[in-house]
Amino acid sequence: MRIVVVGGGTGGTIVANNLSRRLVGEIRARKVRLTLLSASDKHMYQPGLLYVAFGQMSPDQLYREQASLLESNIDFHVDPVVEFKLDENRVRTQSGKVHEYDVLVIATGSRIVPELVPGMREGAETFYSEAGAVKMFKRLREFEGGNVAVVVGVPHKCPIAPVEVIFSLHDYFKARGIRDKVHIKYHYPIGRIHTIENVAKWAKPEFDRMGIEYETLFNVKEIDPVNRVVRSEEDTETHYDLLIAIPPHRGMEVVEKNGLGEGGWIPTDRYKLTMNGHDNVYVLGDTTNLPVSKTGSAAHFEAEVVAENIASIVKIGAPVRDYDGKVYCFIEAGHDRATYAMFNYQIPPDLKPASKPMHWFKMAYNQMYWTSVRGLL
Amino acid sequence: MNDCKIVDARNTFCPGPLMELITYMKQASVGDTLELLSTDDGSGADVPEWVNKAGHELVSKERVEGVWHIRIRKAK
Repeated sequence: MRIVVVGGGTGGTIVANNLSRRLVGEIRARKVRLTLLSASDKHMYQPGLLYVAFGQMSPDQLYREQASLLESNIDFHVDPVVEFKLDENRVRTQSGKVHEYDVLVIATGSRIVPELVPGMREGAETFYSEAGAVKMFKRLREFEGGNVAVVVGVPHKCPIAPVEVIFSLHDYFKARGIRDKVHIKYHYPIGRIHTIENVAKWAKPEFDRMGIEYETLFNVKEIDPVNRVVRSEEDTETHYDLLIAIPPHRGMEVVEKNGLGEGGWIPTDRYKLTMNGHDNVYVLGDTTNLPVSKTGSAAHFEAEVVAENIASIVKIGAPVRDYDGKVYCFIEAGHDRATYAMFNYQIPPDLKPASKPMHWFKMAYNQMYWTSVRGLL
Repeated sequence: MNDCKIVDARNTFCPGPLMELITYMKQASVGDTLELLSTDDGSGADVPEWVNKAGHELVSKERVEGVWHIRIRKAK
């Protein structure tokens, strides 16, 4: 059996490593060939970008060599797929090589598209890329006071990030001794301050205690960097001195160009994680169109289901598990406290008060990620 | 009315039904109708609130066996 995994982010890497262990005998006996195709020879720990934006991590701490994270029986190539021929069970890569498969896993992720909002690229700081996070830190460092506005594009990766950046801004300016000179205003697309009701209930008193102003039902329409004004689809506007944006996202261009899904999101069965209409194609992580958080955590739990099911198909001819929608997200509540949200399709998160030990656990997880992505944790 | 796009946001806490609807409304063309399916009790109130504030058109709203079926036409 030929298994091809497309994408070397969190989901694709965990699937490949998990499969390599479950199928070690079959791969050694040449009954199974496991190939991973990625666009990069580097692997980035994306949650670390928030720390870079506040000077708490340096950019080089975010990366490992992709090959160093993979089991040796994985046939790994830095050669991104440019063409999907799903009806012929094959993909073609940038180098022109064709890979035929019996089972395909698509985990190509998502990308930021600030250009969809007029003025966002020029007028807003963001921490969703290495260059953006470094630039944002330099802006924060030179900021001496005024109005800071945070706006949120839709859809976006890491739904917890909007509240985390607010807490970090509060603690950052407090540590610099200028919190009283900074007015922070938060803008959110729906009618409460977070999409998860229990997170909104937990965060609201924290916002009130920190003196954060907020405006809900604010979907960013355009930004006027010259006059420093951000306007909403709902016909309101905010003046700012420093604007921080969670940019809108889309799926990868290769998904759109190959007609696999509108907006780059592939229609996916929410339990089987197979592409609709293609039982031998699995989709996971940001790439799916599922109403599930676009986070490394979701990709991780989905990857475990996908790998176990593919291995079971090899061994007994049938999958054994459904994905239950599980997500676990740490929530940094500033620079020394944290909590978490764990939920699935049926059970909402039950937020606990933020604590220092949970923050220390998050700090430890920032290193443990490299064990996690190897499929060991 | 038959060719409206279904946004199935049943049994989801994050990103949640309204955030899902906004995602698909951004992808839609003016004049398109979307039908949101939601098991969130609050959708019956918070979706019309956003539709009204954003200037779109609420076509219909009904709850069938615990599932909200809310049709919205993109107006701008």
